[in-house]
Amino acid sequence: MSTNDKPANERPRKKPDEVETTGHIWDASLQEYNNPLPRWWLWGFYATVVFAVVYWILFPAWPIGDGFTKGLNTITFEQDGEEVTTHWNTRSLLARDMQTGTHAVRQREMLETVGAMEYDEILADVDAMSFVNAYAKGSYGTWCAACHQTGGAGVMAQYPNLRDDNWHWGGTVEQIEETLVLGRLGYMPGYRETLNSEQLEQVAAYVLSLNGYEMDEESVSAGGDIFTGELGGCFQCHGMDAAGIASQGAPNLTNDLWGLVDVPGAADDAERVARVSSFVHEGVQRVMPAFADRLSPTEIKVLTAYVHSLGGGQ
Amino acid sequence: MKHESVETNAGLLIILTLAVISIGGLVEIVPLFYIDDTIEEVEGVRPYTPLEQRGRDLYVREGCYTCHSQMVRPFRDEMLRYGHYSLAAESQYDHPFQWGSKRTGPDLARVGGKYSNEWQVQHLINPKSLVPESIMPGYPWLATTRLDFSDIEQRMIALRRVGVPYSVNQEEFEANAERFGEEVAVMLDINRAEENLVAQAQQENFDGDPSFISEMDAMVAYLQVLGTMVDFTDYSEGHFADFR
Repeated sequence: MSTNDKPANERPRKKPDEVETTGHIWDASLQEYNNPLPRWWLWGFYATVVFAVVYWILFPAWPIGDGFTKGLNTITFEQDGEEVTTHWNTRSLLARDMQTGTHAVRQREMLETVGAMEYDEILADVDAMSFVNAYAKGSYGTWCAACHQTGGAGVMAQYPNLRDDNWHWGGTVEQIEETLVLGRLGYMPGYRETLNSEQLEQVAAYVLSLNGYEMDEESVSAGGDIFTGELGGCFQCHGMDAAGIASQGAPNLTNDLWGLVDVPGAADDAERVARVSSFVHEGVQRVMPAFADRLSPTEIKVLTAYVHSLGGGQ
Repeated sequence: MKHESVETNAGLLIILTLAVISIGGLVEIVPLFYIDDTIEEVEGVRPYTPLEQRGRDLYVREGCYTCHSQMVRPFRDEMLRYGHYSLAAESQYDHPFQWGSKRTGPDLARVGGKYSNEWQVQHLINPKSLVPESIMPGYPWLATTRLDFSDIEQRMIALRRVGVPYSVNQEEFEANAERFGEEVAVMLDINRAEENLVAQAQQENFDGDPSFISEMDAMVAYLQVLGTMVDFTDYSEGHFADFR
């Protein structure tokens, strides 16, 4: 600006159709227009000033000492059975929204309706099930899908499939609800010490033969002795017929549905035997968390109905 | 002061510009330090244990905050998905806080206890193995890298300087015992930091591998404590609105 080589009072005269300049001239000829602000912009600016003043009056705005101006706007909601009216703030807004918001009220009504129904009524009622499906989309998505997957198909060898007929702890609504409320601790001991590798293969052959796989007859019969005898003691949890005992969390071993051992993914019989015998060797422990203290009884009911309706419910 | 004298004097222009633009910041930020109700009075919030604090450092190192926020906002849909909205008190010992502003992944403010340790470990190693639709990258080195906690005491001393009540002497220890309870106060004692870190990692064995203390132990310890310190069943629905 030190290049400003003409004093401001020697302003060039304005012609009628020309825009006025600021009078600054740099490098002998470089000038600066002094256009007025566009009208729309100016009015817009005044409007924001007015808006700000109205906002200060209505909403919490100015800090003063250890407090602040609360504004004239209020929110009324219920707290501990009493009506409370406070200045406008997002926390009270949320409390009111949870209590009297259109969607919240509608959702609460539906939850109450479904909560008062029996399971067989819910499962047979189109409206109730459409609510269950809509609500569970969020609820199942946030609590269950991380392990059992978005569609309920689980993860082979880790988290159970909820869509098939294979149930460790039973697939009736009562059993599913109990699983959700109390959680489950599934445990099968490893047979590292008890069985040698030949015996492990015999047990594997026996279990696979129950599922329709052609196995060496001698191995099958030896494996059956271990399964149903004192040495293996497998029958104590899985039953003499290997059909599973839900109260033990022991699955049915005869339906060719595999959750914990990836038999379907094996290339041939030798690999199937290897996978089953290695599983028996290692044993397994799986945890289903309890949801009684995270979800309300009605939410658990909705999730139970949803899981039951995924395809495997009994 | 004439307009021209400001415009033709660069030094003065800079000073006045700084003065004007700092007004906005001062008006918005300064009052938060002396307005009574900024940080809610609430039971249960404590500084992180040494192991959790190391996990938090790793969370920052790996840049988790670039995709995950730690701030449940007071909206109904956020409450339904994540749980109670975040309180200022819950991040009072976070330096720097991890509120974040980007949710490529879900909010993590209340992720503690939501999934098992086992799930967290596998998910961090390979997220797609558990959530096929996930775009989160894997962090497999956490499980195989030994946790460096040689400087844990210095880290806690640094945090103590900015106001986190880790204790260095008997007097501060007793103040902590009164405030947080004996058991927590022990964990906040800088003199016992290393021993506490090792004990927690061995006792809770977050990564399922007891043979050594991995970065995974620290990371999962941190994730599992997020958002779990306050028991919200102790407070009525509108209670925290009183602080606003």
